Amino acid sequence: MKILSDISITPGSVVLKGEKISTADISGLYREFIGDYPKFFKMDSLCKLGFIGAELLLKGMDAQDKENAAIVMFNRNGSLVTDRNYQKTITEDNYFPSPALFVYTLSNIVTGEIAIRNRIYGESSFYVLENKDADMMDDMVENTFLTSSPTFILTGWVDYNNEQDYEAELKIVTK
Amino acid sequence: MGDKVIIKIADNIISPLGFGSDCNFKAVLAGNSMLCRHEDSFGLPEPFCGSLLDRDEISDLAKKELIDADRYTFFEKLCILSAKSAIEECGIPAGEKDVIFVLSTTKGNVECLSDDVSDPRCYLASSAGKVAEYFGNKNTPIVVSNACISGVCAQIAAIRELLGGKYGYAVVTGCDILSKFIISGFQSFKALSPVMCRPYDKTRIGLNLGEAAGTIVLKAADSSDEDDWQYVSSSIHNDANHISGPSRTGEGSYRVLSDILKEIDSDDIGFVNAHGTATAYNDEMESIAIHRAGLDDVCVNGLKGYYGHTLGAAGVIETILSMKAVDNGVVLATKGFESTGTSYRLNISNQVRDTDKTAFIKILSGFGGSNAGIAYRKGGKK
Repeated sequence: MKILSDISITPGSVVLKGEKISTADISGLYREFIGDYPKFFKMDSLCKLGFIGAELLLKGMDAQDKENAAIVMFNRNGSLVTDRNYQKTITEDNYFPSPALFVYTLSNIVTGEIAIRNRIYGESSFYVLENKDADMMDDMVENTFLTSSPTFILTGWVDYNNEQDYEAELKIVTK
Repeated sequence: MGDKVIIKIADNIISPLGFGSDCNFKAVLAGNSMLCRHEDSFGLPEPFCGSLLDRDEISDLAKKELIDADRYTFFEKLCILSAKSAIEECGIPAGEKDVIFVLSTTKGNVECLSDDVSDPRCYLASSAGKVAEYFGNKNTPIVVSNACISGVCAQIAAIRELLGGKYGYAVVTGCDILSKFIISGFQSFKALSPVMCRPYDKTRIGLNLGEAAGTIVLKAADSSDEDDWQYVSSSIHNDANHISGPSRTGEGSYRVLSDILKEIDSDDIGFVNAHGTATAYNDEMESIAIHRAGLDDVCVNGLKGYYGHTLGAAGVIETILSMKAVDNGVVLATKGFESTGTSYRLNISNQVRDTDKTAFIKILSGFGGSNAGIAYRKGGKK
């Protein structure tokens, strides 16, 4: 497995291919590096985090290569932050469930948002693990090539807990 | 890795139609369904039509069958009961290090959020850990949470781990239970039918939700016998179109079918067991994808009329029922279907049909633009 590029996003730090490029928060990163995708503001925090990581990593990649790429992501919290927000909208005295919020109670939506933005028609997979186990994730990504032939895999950890506690550690790998 | 074949060595289904794969198959063959209207369930302001497990019955069963049953939530009891039945059937040493547990679920214990929004039981990996731990297995389990396609993706994840050579056996359990959380969400989408769903039918108006658990045990073997169910091919594709609506061209599902048809001849396929949720958009999308893949003449069926949409369990239980159907030389009926209500006429029937073919394709589609498919063949042939 070859790593083509990687990025790490945590509160106050964005490191792209080993170089610290920003200290902005998630919204700041959107303004600094993207700015032209209003759908961003409809996303939940997990999607925003994964989306920005993908944008920065996929910048300049060939459209044809992207079409047959795969997205394989992992985390611990699933979509729990949005689950809690949605739960607050369905209490007995405060019942107003909304489809726009409910859809984000699925953690794989982040892979869908990235696929839509980048026209990626390949695999989109989301796995939840107890811990950020790099060896296990690498094994699973490597095994992805055993039953499929994506041009590359955008993969890694994308986990959001709150404004002070989030992490995207993503990379682009080929066989 | 090259020489290994992946075979199914055991299975189990727990659903409102019964305990065990055989009894579920017989119930479906007979046309039974437990879908019915529920008023005032889960504290919901609106009624819904769904297929619900009897919680007292499952709790009693868990008390009888499981050690320290009180330690587990309803969701976890179901997963463990289903896995236990399948593990006992094949007798694998589930605690050994060459066994990996894979759990397919969309929302796990999400009902626990209603008491406390910080309830730690809502971490999906915590449930998966309890299931593996019950059997004394120390490997970190994999949770596949890929919306409605999870049940097929979990089989694919397991197959990859087996082909990778680290494990000899995989226990794949799919389970979801219903709650105010899940039902209110689907209601807010206006996706639910107030009456029994009608997959692919002209008059279909939405889906029903259902509860179930299912387990498939897979083995990496050096060869397979003629009675063995063998994995043939699989594929996952995104529509790259919309997070909550299927593609108008069936792009992802079409690509899944195209990939699978590279590995298996359409003449060998007894049927495509499709997703068939009975929403206007899903069934229309599938008809386009199946037509584009050139499968108009192949039998297609959908099983949501018996169980409703069982979310993370759907891909697992529908795969098991499809295997049982081929074992018995039949294509199961699409309950609720009367007349074609999709742009392309699929080869669907509300009657049980005969088949002498030995392979099938199972497909699913879901939120996030996700689509997945898997093909199995019975027999030692390639």
